[in-house]
Amino acid sequence: MFRPMRDPGAPAAAPLRFTFDGAPMTARAGDTVAAALLANGVSVNRHTPVSGAPRGAYCMMGVCFECLVVIDGVGNRQGCLVPLEEGMRIETQRGPRQAEALSQEIGA
Amino acid sequence: MSQPSKVSEPDVVVIGGGLVGGAVAFGLARSGARVCVLDEGDVAFRASRGNFALVWVQSKGLGMPEYAGWSKRSADDWHQLAAILREETGIDVAHSQPGGFALCLSDAEMQQRVDAMKRLHNQINMVEYGYEVLDHAETKRRLPDIGPDVVGSIYSPVDGHVNSLRLFRALHEGLQRRGADYRPNHPVDTITPENGGFRVVGPWGEIRAPKVVLAAGLGNARLAPMVGLYAPVKPSKGQVIVTEKTAPFLHHPMGTLRQTDEGGVMIGDSQEDLGFDTVVTQPVISIMAERAVRMFPRLAGLNVVRTWSALRVMSPDGFPIYEQSTTHPGAFVTTCHSGVTLAANHALTIAPAIQAGALPEFVATFNSRRFHVPAHA
Amino acid sequence: MNRVTDVSALKEQYDLVVVGAGPAGLSAAATAAELGLSVLLADENPAPGGQIYRAVTTTPVQRREVLGEDYWRGQPIVQRFERSAADYAARTTVWTVGRTELMSGGEGFEVGVSADGQARLIDARHVILATGALERPMPIPGWTLPGVMTAGAAQIALKSAGIVPDGRVVLAGCGPLLYLLASQLQSAGANIVAVLDTTERGNALAAAGALPDFLLSPYLAKGLKLMLAARRKLRFVGGVTGLRAEGEGRVKQVVVERGSARETIACDMLLLHQGVIPNVNMTSAVGCEQVWDEQGHCWAPKLDAWFGASVPGISIAGDGAGIGGAESAALRGEVAALEAARRVGRIDEADRDRRAASVRATLARAMRGRRFLDVLYRPAKAFLAPKDAATVVCRCEEVTAGQLRETTRKLGVQGPNQMKTFLRCGMGPCQGRLCGPTVTEIIAEERGVAPAEVGYYRLRPPVKPVTLGELANLPKTEAAVKAVCR
Repeated sequence: MFRPMRDPGAPAAAPLRFTFDGAPMTARAGDTVAAALLANGVSVNRHTPVSGAPRGAYCMMGVCFECLVVIDGVGNRQGCLVPLEEGMRIETQRGPRQAEALSQEIGA
Repeated sequence: MSQPSKVSEPDVVVIGGGLVGGAVAFGLARSGARVCVLDEGDVAFRASRGNFALVWVQSKGLGMPEYAGWSKRSADDWHQLAAILREETGIDVAHSQPGGFALCLSDAEMQQRVDAMKRLHNQINMVEYGYEVLDHAETKRRLPDIGPDVVGSIYSPVDGHVNSLRLFRALHEGLQRRGADYRPNHPVDTITPENGGFRVVGPWGEIRAPKVVLAAGLGNARLAPMVGLYAPVKPSKGQVIVTEKTAPFLHHPMGTLRQTDEGGVMIGDSQEDLGFDTVVTQPVISIMAERAVRMFPRLAGLNVVRTWSALRVMSPDGFPIYEQSTTHPGAFVTTCHSGVTLAANHALTIAPAIQAGALPEFVATFNSRRFHVPAHA
Repeated sequence: MNRVTDVSALKEQYDLVVVGAGPAGLSAAATAAELGLSVLLADENPAPGGQIYRAVTTTPVQRREVLGEDYWRGQPIVQRFERSAADYAARTTVWTVGRTELMSGGEGFEVGVSADGQARLIDARHVILATGALERPMPIPGWTLPGVMTAGAAQIALKSAGIVPDGRVVLAGCGPLLYLLASQLQSAGANIVAVLDTTERGNALAAAGALPDFLLSPYLAKGLKLMLAARRKLRFVGGVTGLRAEGEGRVKQVVVERGSARETIACDMLLLHQGVIPNVNMTSAVGCEQVWDEQGHCWAPKLDAWFGASVPGISIAGDGAGIGGAESAALRGEVAALEAARRVGRIDEADRDRRAASVRATLARAMRGRRFLDVLYRPAKAFLAPKDAATVVCRCEEVTAGQLRETTRKLGVQGPNQMKTFLRCGMGPCQGRLCGPTVTEIIAEERGVAPAEVGYYRLRPPVKPVTLGELANLPKTEAAVKAVCR
């Protein structure tokens, strides 16, 4: 999908490690989840809840909701708005959000 | 693709293309009438777009047992309506009546509901249908996802729900297939009784018919006196929240919460008398959200996709009005705030009666005379 | 600038809340804060800049020529904001703005913010919405295939993450951003196999009337330079009348029609673009009146000379007010902020007018030539309202052009709100942002009327995702309890 551009001037920072559907990957600290997936060649990050069609990130600016993924067990998160963190467990969003992921209790 | 047909001399003009007008018109078309439906445009006070999609019987009819019977009759006939719509339009309106729960979040609430149900069912002429009062444990057994704050519930096996958007479309598809003349952007200014029929006039021109049915929701208040009828309906604001789609987890509708067949969770429904105001207000939304989360804690993490408010069409006592004008026979009014629950009655009972020329004796209770009609009507 | 990372650390009330940290929002916030207003700038991205100056302070792209000098003009705008006393909440969404009676007295707004799963309502005396633009949807057959993205998306990926599309890249559509991206991607080392230009040939003639103005405009020099640079090195295919993305599971090729001629180009990525339009979701949900902008062929908020919307106390600056580009966005932000300062009593009318005079003069220069571009790059009908019945229009609910056309004709649908009820288009998570313009266009075409007559979706809060749990934790009132617990 995407690859890092060759920019000799770019500062070399230690990459962050994360997994996508269990596969280990790395990406630049500062990337969003969606950018990190693109940089790792991931073209499909969700299957639609209506027909199950595969979709990939489309607008990268928070409006299209195509980059939805499961992050650390929480479904339907917009990958293009969430900064990547070390050790994140990212998964394909398959169809509608699963009820199992909805366990957060409400606060005070 | 067939173009919408134009009926120059309809047997009946139905004013209003919402769920009430749509169901009555569909029923009329099925009864063989040449129907013309006059509707407003894309933006109007449309209760049909804001409704909660329940086919609901429990808790209805306190103060007028006939309304309980009327609701129950429609719930019973809904199976038939759904089948007809499927057959005529190919649209599955996702009708199901698996029984519905009213969840209570405090002992006081529970007591209040139990008392109300007792009073409701102690009425003379009350229709018979079973209901159960369930404690937390039994409710939990039937609805495993409820939270600890749910003290109990009332369950009624006749309650259910549909996909009301698809119902809306199916009625319009059905109308189209039955050759009805649907005219959007046709607001009505006046109705004039004339030569035993009616002349209906708007900025678009005019149309005449021997019969006219007022199904214009809140607009009925203005139109009814033009034909010797009385429909003192007022808006009652209801706010609704809908979440993103989630995997099916809730297989029964609650009175204020349901999962649609498409996966979204709808949460309703507040009631405020604020005139024609349709602004969504955060404090009301917040309480609805809090109650929903206390009922089903797993909902807390779901994203809200939309909130909206719509205006119910409320008569002074909250019950429907069905009536034929005595001074101008051929003019009928139909108005209620349960366009989904009562859709079967409207299509299968009211419409054929209008076509035959007289409303059935048993809907006489819903006559507007109960509001101490002013002398002029 | 004071960075606030926890919504509970925000003040109860601000004189001014600005939504969006692009050039308009940054300038508005800085201007107002410099005049002594208490200001909150809330933005959903991790760093200031909006989309045009996306990641201008954090980008890994160090070779300045890749993104071009225009991009780096964002730096002083951000720096000015950073020197101001405004509060800055990054990664914070604003999901509602509603009128309210302020705790401190008087009319104002409650602004619903959310960050890290915590929502809060903040009071504001004045609100400037600087929520910018989005790319006009370009619904061609196959545009939902993975590997098809907007040109803007590729540009954001380049700016914010320093990544470029891999493999064979095709760009398609029209408008200055498409050519800019072509040259940026090329200097970043992407393999662009073709640029497919859908600009209608007739537009050039129509635009000629606006040419004298354009010749005096700032667009001219850079526009021409970009175009020529890109054309020299890349394969440009003009007069494109039809496009279709094909592939199983992801895009493999694009079928190009030029009149009766047809060509298939193999590719790994297809980037689409046909101009930008104001993002009306927030402004519309707040209740600001929208009008059809004939020149820009889009909906835009109705505004007065100070960028005040039809809701008193709400101003709309930047491309969200109508497309004007980055330079004019910053200037509009200043003008809107001056009026906000007057409204809250910080400066008087004379002071506002004096300060605004020079900004307005620069703004007029910056807006020169806009008409020429709007007319020249008005998208062709075929790409606004797809003829192909199977083409998906609403990406969320998967509603096709054929369904929309048939339902308009058969059921007499007049506008997008009735359509939404019948087909669910616009009811998904994107809330119609990606289908609204197309739905309006298709209904207009089928009804044989202008888009202005068809109207647009009625939009409702929340305009950004907020969880039920967050809403449940917001403050409640006695009256509200009565309305719900009956």
